[in-house]
Amino acid sequence: MSHASPTVTAVRGPHEATGFFRTYLYATDHKMIARQYLLLGLIMAVVGGYLSYAMRWQLAWPDTEVPGFGFVGPETYNVLVTNHGTIMVFFVAMPILLGSFGNFLIPLMIGARDMAFPRLNALSFWLLALGSAVVLVSFLVPGGAASAGWTGYPPLSAKAEYTGVDWGLTLWLLAHAIEFAAFLLGGVNFLTTIVTMRAPGLGFGRLPLIIWQQATAAILFLLSVGPLIAGAIMLLMDRIVGTGFFLPERGGEPLLWQHLFWFFGHPEVYVVLLPALGAVLEIFPVFSRKPIFGYTLVVWATIVAGALSFIVWAHHMFVSGMDPRLAMPFSITTILISVPFALAVFAMIASLYRGSIAFELPMLWALAFLAMFTTGGLTGIFLGSAPSDIYLNGTYFVVAHFHYTLISAVIFGGYAGIYYWFPKMFGRMLGTRLGQLHFWSTLVSFNVVFFPLHWIGIAGMVRRIANPLQYDMIAPHQWINVVSTVALFGLVASQLVFFVNFFVSQLRGRPAPANPWEATTLEWTTPSPPPHGNWGEALPVVGRGPYEYSVPGATRDWLPQRTGAAAAEARP
Amino acid sequence: MSAATPTYAGTAGAAARGKVGIWWFLASEVMLFGGLISSFVISRLGGSAHVEHDHLNVTVAAINTFILLSSSYTMVEAYAAAERGDRRGMRVFLGLTVLGGLAFLGIKAYEYTGEITHGFTPWAGTFWSFYYTMTGLHALHVLIGVIANATLCLGARLGLERPYRVELAGLYWHFVDIVWIFLFPLVYLS
Amino acid sequence: MFLSWLPENVSTFGRDIDGIIALIYYITLAWFIATMGTFAVFLVRYRRRAGRPAGYIKGDRWREVAWVLLPCLLVLVLDLWIDFKGARVWAKVKIESPASDVHIRVTGKQFNWVVTYPGPDGRFDTADDKTFLDEMHVPAGKPVRLTLEAKDVIHSFFLPNLRLKQDILPGRSIPAWLDAMKPGQYELPCAHLCGVGHSGMKATLIVHEATDWDAWVGEQWSGSARPGEKT
Ligand code: HEM
Ligand SMILES: [Cu+2]
Repeated sequence: MSHASPTVTAVRGPHEATGFFRTYLYATDHKMIARQYLLLGLIMAVVGGYLSYAMRWQLAWPDTEVPGFGFVGPETYNVLVTNHGTIMVFFVAMPILLGSFGNFLIPLMIGARDMAFPRLNALSFWLLALGSAVVLVSFLVPGGAASAGWTGYPPLSAKAEYTGVDWGLTLWLLAHAIEFAAFLLGGVNFLTTIVTMRAPGLGFGRLPLIIWQQATAAILFLLSVGPLIAGAIMLLMDRIVGTGFFLPERGGEPLLWQHLFWFFGHPEVYVVLLPALGAVLEIFPVFSRKPIFGYTLVVWATIVAGALSFIVWAHHMFVSGMDPRLAMPFSITTILISVPFALAVFAMIASLYRGSIAFELPMLWALAFLAMFTTGGLTGIFLGSAPSDIYLNGTYFVVAHFHYTLISAVIFGGYAGIYYWFPKMFGRMLGTRLGQLHFWSTLVSFNVVFFPLHWIGIAGMVRRIANPLQYDMIAPHQWINVVSTVALFGLVASQLVFFVNFFVSQLRGRPAPANPWEATTLEWTTPSPPPHGNWGEALPVVGRGPYEYSVPGATRDWLPQRTGAAAAEARP
Repeated sequence: MSAATPTYAGTAGAAARGKVGIWWFLASEVMLFGGLISSFVISRLGGSAHVEHDHLNVTVAAINTFILLSSSYTMVEAYAAAERGDRRGMRVFLGLTVLGGLAFLGIKAYEYTGEITHGFTPWAGTFWSFYYTMTGLHALHVLIGVIANATLCLGARLGLERPYRVELAGLYWHFVDIVWIFLFPLVYLS
Repeated sequence: MFLSWLPENVSTFGRDIDGIIALIYYITLAWFIATMGTFAVFLVRYRRRAGRPAGYIKGDRWREVAWVLLPCLLVLVLDLWIDFKGARVWAKVKIESPASDVHIRVTGKQFNWVVTYPGPDGRFDTADDKTFLDEMHVPAGKPVRLTLEAKDVIHSFFLPNLRLKQDILPGRSIPAWLDAMKPGQYELPCAHLCGVGHSGMKATLIVHEATDWDAWVGEQWSGSARPGEKT
């Protein structure tokens, strides 16, 4: 490997950044960009959470003044629902799980010095920041922000007169376009990096699973977003130019949008889910000191689920008015897709068998992910079966279902990753006392917020309504809405605990050793936080698979992936 | 490090990275145009977008197709020149490609003008909506290609050329060409 | 835990839908208990204890992998069972439709349900049509044929007690049917976000007993023929 050293400088990219501008604003170092994504995602999470607070208050005590927000009412409620969904999916989940985790981990776990295109990487981030700004600005324009649901179905979204929202919805579309561009470029960067920049010895069969998941997520996004961009252009034309792609009175077809949206939308939920699943799959072996069970199977499950996700989209449309004969084929593909995910869950449980399980914070979040995700996955079966979806579609059962899956990804998977990699990212340990408090209160309050929503959904409460008391069949169950909202106060309070912990630990936390968890993957062989260029003079060389824990006959219960001199230095 | 260590692309240069990157990018572009074109085809099968090629200028479009195809040829020559280290050739052929792209855009603009003055605006019916959206998006891609090629051409003048970039721009340019090869028969002929 | 929350069912096919929901419920409940039970047992049994190292099980041999593949096979089989049972119900509700001599057109508009009866001549858009706002009358024990239309945006026709839901697309007529078994009044919310007035967009479905129905029809048309029935 004589050619590694000469190219070092060429690959390293710009030298260590100095000065405020180069360090924070025009940063090209993947680790700084990862932190930027994390911060942006957390800020937008506060916004999205604030909107959900206003919604939940309105749902529990309709048409009363929401403390710290003001009066909600039906018009504002639609704005809240729409922007909460949009922000959470596109400006929280993706920035944190792909943007931050992907950027931080891909180079570190594959032994590269940075992403393949560092400047493009910075561009991706700033595009995302711009997109976030556009969403926020859309609240300020005359007519207010978008209010046609996060799915933006036309005709409602295609003409200002239907919602009373003019510029807000156009800006909303624009924000999506910018976000898509950001993650499209980001995805190209991820894939190129993974394909071309793996360290010597790091074959595909030795990649940590989260890298597989990030790569699959990037591919799903790249291949699914095109049709939705096409749809967004068409919708924008309908709104601005006066075409009629989606307007029946001008010869258009509203259903076309739904096909384009969900062709993207279903892969998109896996784009969010897979990186979270990946983080959890990294954490399980470390805290049970066992290899992950069935590495190859899990990789195949990921790929198969990804491929299947392109042929399930119409399960969101069983009762949409499409040809009802299409329902059964899509019901079958949908239900098939539960098999690879079941496999992943079983493999995770099997990984615990005969383990030596330590309930440290990252592991707690990872275990909770597994439980919550299983719950959300099982309720999905009700919705994947066309006849039972006739009843449940559009009710709070759906709201409960997708929050169990999405929140298990974003909150449980996200925190699992943050707690696990925080020492590497910030060079300090997160406080464990506050961490414990944060975990247990989140776990309990999350379930109290969302589990009862299954019931009220089954009782017939439809989604996206501002006032449940308008429905005679729901009014007797209103206590559920109250319980859910009160529990949300607990959920919010526990996130405050996290924020305090997060910022205080960055300043005052115990300095983190290089490898606090005695983990095997490459990122733990660099100092915490890793220096610019990650690896000093020589690139790491990989000698074995990623999860060699408790290997019989070894002197320690873990064998690092990295072989050679540098590995020895990395001892905790 | 031992010589037996398998070598991975990890040390591959910018050229290899650029190529992998552009392929992934083009894959997503395929899906973008694929989504739009499928929507058009579905609308046509559903009967809502009758092709009105009586009102399109097929001859002019055919000439335009020829121009775009030729510019793909000059792009190939530009890359060949870059590979040979023939800077002058590279500049000349890049310049010709840029001219081809500009000519294409000019002719397209001429077509649009004719159609619009006859009342066939983007809101004149579903066919026209698709027509302007698809060819417009394609024209935007041509414009981006023209800018990229012009930048490379000027860069070469200043001695900044990196031959692999010509190859990347070429991949993109051929893609834009191929999209047109789908659009032309679909819009003008069928 | 779930099933008792279903509102009373009063439609013929509603029983079949509830049957599918119950089937899925018991299957998923069993899975939930099995996976979470195993999970919990593992967490307790294999918690870290001094002097007890973890096993080294990579799950790369068939004998090991069978432990997860066989449950997956079971998942697949149960899934297909749900689907094949479901296919019949789906076809019954959404594809086939029984002969019916009551025909009603329901039009969703921002933010009301407009319910139109064709009158004695059996045809819509004639002088003897009768239109009701947010009120829909049907006879009990008789299949009713519906034509669903929307004037502006997408609405969704939802009768929780009848287990019937159908989105309505502007520019199209979508057929549906129902057969209510029990007289009474039932809520008919719009189940698809349709704008500012979506919340609270609802109608009342009034299911009449057979004799009562005749009286109602007589009252409305004061003729002899029933609405929608061919004379
Ligand atoms: C902080 C905890 C959260 C609470 C209390 C919450 C609450 C809500 C509520 C009340 C709704 C409106 C339901 C309706 O009226 O139909 C909603 C919708 C939604 N939420 Fe959340 N949510 C939370 C977190 C999240 C997260 C983390 C995500 C995704 C990553 C998410 C994604 C969505 C989506 C996609 C919708 C649908 C929006 C629409 O109907 O257009 N939520 N949420
Ligand atoms: Cu409605």
